[in-house]
Amino acid sequence: MRLDELPDDVIELRARATDWRQAVRLAGDALVAGGVVTDAYTERMVQVVEEFGAYIVIAPGLALAHARPGPDVLHDGLAVVTLDEPVVFGHPHNDPVEVVLALAVTSTEGHVTVLAELANAFNDPTATRSLARASTPDAVRAVLTRTQSES
Amino acid sequence: MKIIAFCGAGIGTSAILKVNAERALARLGIDAQIEATDIAGLAVAAEDAQVILASPELVKFIGKTYADVVVIENYFDLDELTRKLEIALG
Repeated sequence: MRLDELPDDVIELRARATDWRQAVRLAGDALVAGGVVTDAYTERMVQVVEEFGAYIVIAPGLALAHARPGPDVLHDGLAVVTLDEPVVFGHPHNDPVEVVLALAVTSTEGHVTVLAELANAFNDPTATRSLARASTPDAVRAVLTRTQSES
Repeated sequence: MKIIAFCGAGIGTSAILKVNAERALARLGIDAQIEATDIAGLAVAAEDAQVILASPELVKFIGKTYADVVVIENYFDLDELTRKLEIALG
């Protein structure tokens, strides 16, 4: 999985969701469209939030939906969904959400590189806004691979 | 020194927190081991940890611990992580 080679199939822009469940399902649907997971994984991502709360909203406006590895994960992958209207997830500080990333991995090891790349992109506090405004998959890939110089 | 990055599923968010906490520690010049874990693994992982990093939503799942619980609001904000880690470890 490389962020600069993220396929168009897993990127959905300006999608409409009326609540957090629908937003997470849109991100799951994008993973399914990319052949990364089956529908069962989408429901497991919803269950993680039902069980543990909105902790997946890890920065202002940004949710990282995920669940544990399982047979419903076909290979490692990431999906990016931007929302036409921001959605409240119930996080005390970081609501509302305008970008939902969905991560699926086949094992708990080995996905560290892509997460370090994501950290490079989102250490820039303007990255979520830039993604929300992106109108093409190329613009999304450009934001995700933009690296901040470490200070 | 050992620091725990804690999340519900043990992948994804805790790994992001680990990566960014390592960057904050590098800024502080502090050498520490950071372990990402989920709720099932937390009790064992936290036995010899000084600090547990967690989202505000997850604090209620931590239970009794001798470690300092540090709440991180923005997992990507290296200034927040550096400031809070400096206080917890100082």
